[in-house]
Amino acid sequence: MKIFATYNIKGGVGKTTAAVNLAYLSAADGCRTLLWDLDPQGAASFLFRIKPRVKGGGKALIRGTKALDDAIKGTDFDHLDLLPADFTYRNMDLLLGDADRKPTRKLGQLLKPLAADYDHVFLDCPPSISLVSENVMHAADVLLVPLIPTTLSVRTLDQLTEFVAGFDGRRPQVRAFFSMVDRRKKLHLQITKDLTTERAGVAATPIPALSMIERMSVERAPVTAFAPRSVAARAYRALWAEVQQDPKPPKR
Amino acid sequence: MTTGGLREFVADTAEGEDSSLVAVRSELSAAFTVRQEPGAAGSGMHRRTWLDTFDWRLYKAGLTLQFEQARRGGRLVLSRADGTPQAEQPVTRWPRRPGLAEDLPPGPVRDRILVLTSPRALLPIVKATSTVSVNRLLNADGKTVARLVEDRVTVTAPNGNTAGGTTAELPPRLAVAEVRGYPGQARKAAGLLASMPGVSHASQSVFIAALTVLGRHPADYTSGVDAEITASMPAPVAVARLLLRLLDTVELNVDGVLRDIDTEFLHDLRVAVRRTRSAIKLLGGVLPADLVEHFKAEFKWLGDVTTPVRDLDVHLLGFDALTGQLVAASPDDLEPLRAFLARRRTREFRRLAAALRGPRFRAITDDWRKALLEVRDVDGPRRRRLTAAALALSATGRSFRRIAAHGAAITSDSPPESLHDLRKRTKELRYLLEFFAPLHDQVAYRKVLSDLKQLQDCLGEFQDSEVQRAEIGALADAMLAERAAPAATLLAMGEIAAKLALSQAEARTEFSARFARFAGPAGRERVRVLLAGEMQGRR
Repeated sequence: MKIFATYNIKGGVGKTTAAVNLAYLSAADGCRTLLWDLDPQGAASFLFRIKPRVKGGGKALIRGTKALDDAIKGTDFDHLDLLPADFTYRNMDLLLGDADRKPTRKLGQLLKPLAADYDHVFLDCPPSISLVSENVMHAADVLLVPLIPTTLSVRTLDQLTEFVAGFDGRRPQVRAFFSMVDRRKKLHLQITKDLTTERAGVAATPIPALSMIERMSVERAPVTAFAPRSVAARAYRALWAEVQQDPKPPKR
Repeated sequence: MTTGGLREFVADTAEGEDSSLVAVRSELSAAFTVRQEPGAAGSGMHRRTWLDTFDWRLYKAGLTLQFEQARRGGRLVLSRADGTPQAEQPVTRWPRRPGLAEDLPPGPVRDRILVLTSPRALLPIVKATSTVSVNRLLNADGKTVARLVEDRVTVTAPNGNTAGGTTAELPPRLAVAEVRGYPGQARKAAGLLASMPGVSHASQSVFIAALTVLGRHPADYTSGVDAEITASMPAPVAVARLLLRLLDTVELNVDGVLRDIDTEFLHDLRVAVRRTRSAIKLLGGVLPADLVEHFKAEFKWLGDVTTPVRDLDVHLLGFDALTGQLVAASPDDLEPLRAFLARRRTREFRRLAAALRGPRFRAITDDWRKALLEVRDVDGPRRRRLTAAALALSATGRSFRRIAAHGAAITSDSPPESLHDLRKRTKELRYLLEFFAPLHDQVAYRKVLSDLKQLQDCLGEFQDSEVQRAEIGALADAMLAERAAPAATLLAMGEIAAKLALSQAEARTEFSARFARFAGPAGRERVRVLLAGEMQGRR
């Protein structure tokens, strides 16, 4: 079971759309795939038309009184399941803080029993730097970091890379990719070009800012499913291929 | 699609009519939006073939084997009768001809069925073509919460040997597939279907439903004698029924023998012929005398004509076991013998096939059936009204007494022929017990049968060893005559002959103990109890 997590401290950078589309593509390849919508706003759940509700809330899941397995819902697509968001996830930091030992490793432990059922797990994280995101970083094999091509977001990537490098033992591989790239903006194109060539770990495939991607909230489905031949779908497919091909294994 | 807890239904509908499916979709529309899902997993056309041996070994072991045809090759799926999968393996294609499990490529299905089916071939029993279409059942959010799977199945009997025609359409099968996390919605959909007129729960698997519609039922062949006879039935009627049942077995196996599907068709045919001959000899007194005389000779001919191929089959089937016993010689030394046996079998098989296709065999089966039906259906004169129970009692008692007397006279100095002769008598008793099995008390029957089997095994070992030894000698002569015998092969054959002599000697030493158990005071008592039950049946 390989765990991918889409993470950025900022909101509105394309985390959820990436998680939803990459999870869909993974399932379409025949891999048994689970997407966990960790964001209390429940955008990923909404896109799959699944109610953002878990019986017993986040508390039951984190405390283990309800197994993750029991909360999982089948999506409309083969091999793709979703663990819905719940509004109580907004308190997840507190719940994780209650964990007796190793509060930063709790999510990873909760996912372990699913190893036999899924080939890929995608964690869609809420934007923040918190105990939840630290848990996600410890649980993930690959951190997928969407970047808006601005100087500021490049700084964010540096900070994140440094933070992860400070982990004891197992560290996730950090894979950034440019998101919401506006091809009419010179700066966007410049930063995208420079960084993909200069920095290791930055994917060559950018995800453009496209109205087709925004349409996902109307269609309530991954763009890769409802418009598979669109530019947007092609970009996600190229990104997925690139992410999988990465030869560098995460340091353990 | 994450599915689980399939709920299956059958729509009662006239052949080729789709109105019931339309009604089903409209019923479900009350609670869900029903939307076709073209290209859904599992939809489209599927071809499968159910396989089993002629004597239903897999079915009797609670298993079903399916070959699922794919665009390229396919896979074999072994499941329990309730559909629980047991094993599967890919196969490039299923041979047009029935095949043996040992001819399959290595894999979990082969491993699981090899011992069970060997040496019988796997025959196609039913072929089915399914057209599957899938409908999504959506909730108010447009989310798929269950699926309705419609399966229209056309079934074919590959051999055409069915009562209900060779092709038939099954009533459409419907299944509600659960989507993970929405069990209540699947229950709801199933509830709606269950309450619809013209829709009922599927009580049979597709396989069983297919057999039924083709006029067959599972395990409709057995090599055993299970004639319908009762104690009070007139003896000639009971004997005619027995013999008709045996004739059925002969005729059912002819096609398999002629197509040379596996060795056991001929074996079953021969056993039925042997049983027929014993029945004519021991019970023929109640049949018209001229009939008995004629068919005694005809069935002897039939038995004789089948012997050479069966003898060669026995050699070839046991060949690996034989080479496994070699100590001095190498198994390869015997390969020329195997090749020689195979060549001989080809020749003998041609003779056998000609005989079974010829007029004499057809005359035997046709005339014999006609004559037996006459005896069965025409009431004889009242004064000769011997019952089946009385016949069983006298014939079984006489047979047992003969064995007891014959066996008691055998000493260590007796010639081998005396043991061979006793073996024939025990075989006759065995057949009598089996013929009249429905009339016996089952506990008493099993006790006598168990003693008898042990005695028969010992006598069988003794005689078979001797016969095989003689045959190996004859084969060596024949191979020399045909210049097909290297010295190493002859030496290896000599070693086999020596082994056979040893096992024969062992059987001889065991004989007295086995015989004492069967015919001594305790054995006699068991037979007395068995026949006392018969006496009661007679009254």
